[in-house]
Amino acid sequence: MTRSVVITGIGVVAPGAIGRENYWELLSAGRTATRTISLFDASDFRSRVAAEVDFDPTAAGLTAREQRRMDRAAQFAVVSAREAVRDSGIELGGLDPARVGVSLGSAVGCTMGLEAEYTVLSDNGRKWLVDHEYGVPHLYGYMVPSTLAVEVAWEAEAEGPVVLISTGCTSGLDAVNHGAELVREGSAEVVLAGATDAPLSPITSACFDAIKATSPNNADAAHASRPFDAERDGFVLGEGAAVMVLEEASAARARGARCYAELRGFASRSNAYHMTGLKPDGREMAEAIGVAMSRATIDPADIDYINAHGSGTKQNDRHETAAFKLSLGEHAYRVPVSSIKSMIGHSLGAIGSLELAACALALDRQVVPPTANLRNADPECDLDYVPVTARSHHVRTVLSVGSGFGGFQTATILSRPE
Amino acid sequence: MMAAIDGNTPLCTGIGVVAPTGIGVESHWQAILGGKTGIDRISRFDPAAYPVKLSGQVRDFVAKGRVPGRLIPQTDHWTHMALRATELALSDAAVNPASLPEYEMAVVTSSSSGGTEFGQHEMTRLYQHGPSWVSAYQSIAWFYAATTGQVSIRNGMRGPCGVVCAEQAGGLAALGQARRLVRSGESRLVVSGGTDAALCPYGLTAQLASGSLSTVDDPETAYLPFDQDAAGFLPGEGGAILILEDAGRIGERAQQDAYGVILGHATGFDPRPESARAPALRATLARALDDARVDAADVDVVFADAMGVPELDIVEAQAIGAVFGENAVPVTAPKTLTGRLYGGGASLDVATALLSLRHGVVPHTVGPRRLAAGCPIDLVTGQPRELDLRTAVVLSRGYGGFNAALVLRRSRN
Amino acid sequence: MPKFTLDDLRRTLRESTGIDEEVDLDGDIADTEFVELGYDSLALLQVASEVERSYGVPIPGEQLAQLTTPGSVVTFINEQLQRAGV
Repeated sequence: MTRSVVITGIGVVAPGAIGRENYWELLSAGRTATRTISLFDASDFRSRVAAEVDFDPTAAGLTAREQRRMDRAAQFAVVSAREAVRDSGIELGGLDPARVGVSLGSAVGCTMGLEAEYTVLSDNGRKWLVDHEYGVPHLYGYMVPSTLAVEVAWEAEAEGPVVLISTGCTSGLDAVNHGAELVREGSAEVVLAGATDAPLSPITSACFDAIKATSPNNADAAHASRPFDAERDGFVLGEGAAVMVLEEASAARARGARCYAELRGFASRSNAYHMTGLKPDGREMAEAIGVAMSRATIDPADIDYINAHGSGTKQNDRHETAAFKLSLGEHAYRVPVSSIKSMIGHSLGAIGSLELAACALALDRQVVPPTANLRNADPECDLDYVPVTARSHHVRTVLSVGSGFGGFQTATILSRPE
Repeated sequence: MMAAIDGNTPLCTGIGVVAPTGIGVESHWQAILGGKTGIDRISRFDPAAYPVKLSGQVRDFVAKGRVPGRLIPQTDHWTHMALRATELALSDAAVNPASLPEYEMAVVTSSSSGGTEFGQHEMTRLYQHGPSWVSAYQSIAWFYAATTGQVSIRNGMRGPCGVVCAEQAGGLAALGQARRLVRSGESRLVVSGGTDAALCPYGLTAQLASGSLSTVDDPETAYLPFDQDAAGFLPGEGGAILILEDAGRIGERAQQDAYGVILGHATGFDPRPESARAPALRATLARALDDARVDAADVDVVFADAMGVPELDIVEAQAIGAVFGENAVPVTAPKTLTGRLYGGGASLDVATALLSLRHGVVPHTVGPRRLAAGCPIDLVTGQPRELDLRTAVVLSRGYGGFNAALVLRRSRN
Repeated sequence: MPKFTLDDLRRTLRESTGIDEEVDLDGDIADTEFVELGYDSLALLQVASEVERSYGVPIPGEQLAQLTTPGSVVTFINEQLQRAGV
């Protein structure tokens, strides 16, 4: 018999909301957390909008020593992991550490720490042969993104499989799916799975400026992220983390745990087409959705809600609309679809796990979060995108999709636990 | 005894090496057998001001003519080497990807630090001139998924692609994931393994902060794992790409020509530094053997992680001694000829182990002469040792506490 | 006398975006679509950014999408240079 995997704890650090309940309150109220960038001086940049986390590491419970050691992305991950473990009520100390694992996603790792140290050691870019004498002890930890998984593993006292997955903007979905796979195959009993990214720094902003992928709507920052809207003009960079506790379902029930959702099935496909470009037909994403449905043993009509990638770029929103039609047929027109990136921006690798956390909460609360800022839908995006206002809805099964640089497409299906 | 070959058995059918020891399987293997070192003074930049001046560079690697011209300016050196290694591996496996179903081919690579040199260049432009000077390619060259994405695109592989980061243990973790894809029946072919290239000034500076690099300035004694004089390791660049195929979906001929089977795999993680609990390597190794259904006595050779950091060498030697018995199995670490290749290191060790199984030769470890106290292992030194080899174990560890073990078996008599 | 020639564009393409082995960039490429020459949208963004830095002529995103051949880019840049009175 195959083992089924459930989410028993959720921890979130998101723009506009620290903590799971604040996060759900923001999403269900349809409030946007995008604003003019305050984390660095962005006045020379094309896009000066972002969804920032108001993060006070001390208030979030991190010691001075932890704050010195950890990059912002690591801090987000650890704070989320602590909340998830508390929420699940699991006694990690009572488990065999070798049966506890971590599967964390991140697209750009500790990029803030890496960049900040670079400016010091290179004297603001003046020295190619950077000064090695002034390197902080944690510099190597910033260079390797695996550090993020290390921090969460220490938090969980995990001695089983620990890994960081870095498949760009599908990292968050892929890491949770990988974590579920570790539980399903029996490599671990409990896995802390999720993703984190803190990319709001000059180099990340500059690289998206260079390809005109981010929104230049600097005059109206609060409404800059407009997935599926005819006026959309790019994504809004965000940051944050979500970590979930994954367990085998019968073990979770045996200890009386609350189960938010069951991870039913997933599939990943690649377009092998272009690092950033998408073919309008959505073929590979549709294939991923089809395979995920078959693994979850569901039909298109079983899907009650789609949490879209919905980045707000011209090509993405059409691409995925096509993919939903291709994979779900007529049902695509009946099922509510929404993009929470309209509210919390696009936090690269982290967003997939933030979206899965939102899906788990939608299943738990029977409410579908809206697509904020959607006033005039693009005629080529003609599905029900739940504009502006959250909707009470009978939600039993949810599809969440992600699409990222490299051509990666991932589909994940969650259900209300039986 | 051959490995049982049936449906969904992950067979390694092709190897592509781009390493300080050579480009291509044959030149790498000859350098290893001859004990020819790839360690030399860093030439990618002037290392005079740095305490580490030696590294393993892939001296003969030129991207022009070997990597598509359009891809050269849009990818980092690390990806150039992976694209070349993939081409070599596919050719070694005699596979034409265009002839296989697109969704049944996947790419899973390990990445340790991404496009480090490319990133330093673009940060220089940003801070010297401003955001509009940053390349349109920074967004696709620097991030850790660049190599997997480019290899997938180049070869039309539309299956489940992955990028695994576990610092120097990443190569085995990637192969573990590739094996999972084959065993589940999802993929008939997976391009896996990895390369790395962090030999730019900022990359080296960051590595210095780890405190594990050797500052000894003599190529022959700088990296001496398990030796009394072990003083850390040297960095290197390059790695190996391997082609894993589902034995049940390739011809008998291809099965016969394959290098070997991935029989078992496990990963584990060390307790945090202040913990009194034991390091995870021994348990990880034991789990990999269980996973492979192999007795310790059936293992013929161990390719050690061989960190060259005294306390970590002792941890590994003790783990090997505890699982196999003291001095009971030949142990080797040919990586002293290349330095440690980060995301590319473990897959190069797997490539070397597969060649070792094929040729019935345990290559020697060049460098160490006097084993450190507390290292009860039969380290093969001096010259290669000819043995009838069927089963090999490869170990690797990564910064922060990653551990991984892989069990390989030769696939023909 | 045009200030920006096809050879200037060839040089920019070579230096900043590389050349497809199957393409003869020195041939008669003025009216060949960039796609056929192996250049995608990222390559054109990269070229536009180089041209802006070297010649002070910005190519807005909407405009860039219309410039599908080397000849059209050369014409556009020269028009802009003339307009600016350079």
